[in-house]
Amino acid sequence: MFEHLAAAFEKRHAGVKVRLSFAGSQELRIQIEQGARVDIFASADERHMAALRKQGLVRAETVFARNRPVLVVPLSNPAKLARFADLPKARHVVVGSSEVPIGAYAEKILAAADRHYGRAFRARVLAHVQSRELNARQVLAKVALGEADAGIVYRTDALAMKDRGSTIAIPSPINTIANYPVAMATAAATPDLAEAWVGFVTSKAGQDALAAAGFLGAPPTAANASKP
Amino acid sequence: MKTRPPPDPRTLIFHLGMATCAAGFLTLLVLPFAALVLDGGPLAIWRGFQCALTWPALRLSIETTTVSVVLVVLGGTPVAFWLARSKWRSARWLETLLQLPVVIPPAVGGIALLLAFGRRGLFGGLLERMGFSPSFSPVAVVMAQVFVSAPFYLHAAVLAFGRLNPALLTVGRSLGATPPRLFFRVALPLAKPALIGGAAMSWARALGEFGATLMFAGNMTGKTQTLPLAIYAALEVDVRTAQALSLLLVMFAFGLLLALRNLDRQTDGKPQGAVLTP
Amino acid sequence: MTASASGKLSFALECSLGGFSLQSSLDLDAEPVALVGPNGCGKTSLLLALLGIHRPTRGRIVLGDEVLFDSATAVRCPTEARRLAYLPQDFGLFPFLTSRENVEFAISCRPDPPARGERRRIAVACLERFAVGHLAARKPRQLSGGECQRVALARTLAAAPRALLFDEPTASLDVGARAEVRALLAASLHELAIPTLIVTHDQGDILALARRVAVMENGRIIACTSLADARRSPANAFAARLLDAPAP
Repeated sequence: MFEHLAAAFEKRHAGVKVRLSFAGSQELRIQIEQGARVDIFASADERHMAALRKQGLVRAETVFARNRPVLVVPLSNPAKLARFADLPKARHVVVGSSEVPIGAYAEKILAAADRHYGRAFRARVLAHVQSRELNARQVLAKVALGEADAGIVYRTDALAMKDRGSTIAIPSPINTIANYPVAMATAAATPDLAEAWVGFVTSKAGQDALAAAGFLGAPPTAANASKP
Repeated sequence: MKTRPPPDPRTLIFHLGMATCAAGFLTLLVLPFAALVLDGGPLAIWRGFQCALTWPALRLSIETTTVSVVLVVLGGTPVAFWLARSKWRSARWLETLLQLPVVIPPAVGGIALLLAFGRRGLFGGLLERMGFSPSFSPVAVVMAQVFVSAPFYLHAAVLAFGRLNPALLTVGRSLGATPPRLFFRVALPLAKPALIGGAAMSWARALGEFGATLMFAGNMTGKTQTLPLAIYAALEVDVRTAQALSLLLVMFAFGLLLALRNLDRQTDGKPQGAVLTP
Repeated sequence: MTASASGKLSFALECSLGGFSLQSSLDLDAEPVALVGPNGCGKTSLLLALLGIHRPTRGRIVLGDEVLFDSATAVRCPTEARRLAYLPQDFGLFPFLTSRENVEFAISCRPDPPARGERRRIAVACLERFAVGHLAARKPRQLSGGECQRVALARTLAAAPRALLFDEPTASLDVGARAEVRALLAASLHELAIPTLIVTHDQGDILALARRVAVMENGRIIACTSLADARRSPANAFAARLLDAPAP
């Protein structure tokens, strides 16, 4: 999806080449801390962005997209889950490790579900958790391969693999929202272009592309600036 | 008094060239570890010990790699002996096939293991009906480790058995040794130094195994989270903790390899140089 | 050391090995026969075929009243049961065992081995027979060539073989040890009186040990005569040179 944004950006700015580097947020953060030369940093994890901002390596960030966690089950749905409330029926559940955002969100969701549904919902689900993966894609892979009966991933990931799994929405009162910040590096070689990029992804064209991939748009303008 | 002739310039250049290559190579291999140690220091190791992930991961790593290396040696030795002595062309093909786990990315190996032994895998379906599901268990950790580390032992063992002096084996047989006796009392002792070296390499590979374990066995503290997985998980939180755990792993592995090298020496009272022979 | 009851060792075999074919026959009584020939003519291959390491395509090997191999009736005795002792050029001692343990190995491979406690005693007795009893605890790499050869002999005879196959018995020894070992071998072979085939390039070996000389050329034994006859009228130029005899 970022490739689409990059291609669109290059079309608008003739002669500009956008080089993308994909990795986990913590890997990218370490690379930047160790001096990697970048103009823009976009992350799924607000903690790492905040850490870089504290070190003065990036400017103030803007939330350019948001994502919702969903429950995903294999196509064959062996545990016969119809609603999120059925989750304790699944005997093999996979979630993210608590150190990664998707795992942290899963914890929050389960805690909220416990308050909402009662009857030791969280404890029963946790008893069936077989593995805590290190990123959302791996959770999805386990579900797609049929190793797990259910997993909690981002909506965008679930949509990307919709031929291998089905999605079950998590009720709004229980669910959380993940914020994706983007920021310019303070040592950017081409600060004008970097600023243009941030402007682009928050523009209508950029937001439409993100929406097509399943992201929720940037929050309403008043909340765009990061919290102090 | 005799004066020494001037040194041959070509010899000088040769020595200089060798020294430069060696220095460059060693720098690439050794400096990262030095950096890891110097950046952390003893305080870092202490911090590593205090991390909640450490002890379960260390214990799991020790237990699973021990079981793995035993399985690899027990299963691999007869196979290697047969391969080394076989005169069939298909033996060469099989030998090459058994090297494949080294080439593919470990994560892909993990997927392959899932496709074979996972709940919906070729063999796994049968296993699950029997009530036994290896995925997400320490059994899966061992299976993943054996899968990626066996080729190292097999390669060393095939080489070792292939290099056995045939005259010694002929003498053994002519003295009346039956095939089992020949294997256990002649071939094995002759091959032992190289076999120990191969087992050490295999153990080291199993200890560092990450991708296939993560894919096939999952990541649960105390059950399937080996030390490499714990390091990666710690990386998400704090790179310093990951550094500390890495230092721990490096120290443990270094001690293990050193001990095995000493074992290799003791076998015949003089260095065999076979511990890290491929 | 037991002197085994023996008979003749007779063989007539054809063996094809890679691009080389072996076609030899010989009858050996209870006396040493030297097998000579240029390098690569098949001498070692013949020994290995007799041992059963190489499988002959056709032929028959008989030792005493036992048929070890017969292609016509598909009889094939496995190597370990033939009791044909093999002594390679570099003595063939197991480097990871001491002298005594090497001899014990042979003792424990006998068809009817003595009790464990006995084996040690018998092994040391065998070593002492060859004047190397004091080297019982040493490993082969701590022994000189001559000492290794003695331990190898002690081990071979501890296995009570019915025939002996030597491959260049003195080639790995220095000149001084050679004379000593030849004397020892001559005495032992005389005492044992079992069929013995000695592959050698060394005139000294032939003169000291052999009663008959078999000449091999391109995988075939072209002549087998008494030593005296071989010197008088050698079978080919090679034999003539080897035995300091006039060319044929």
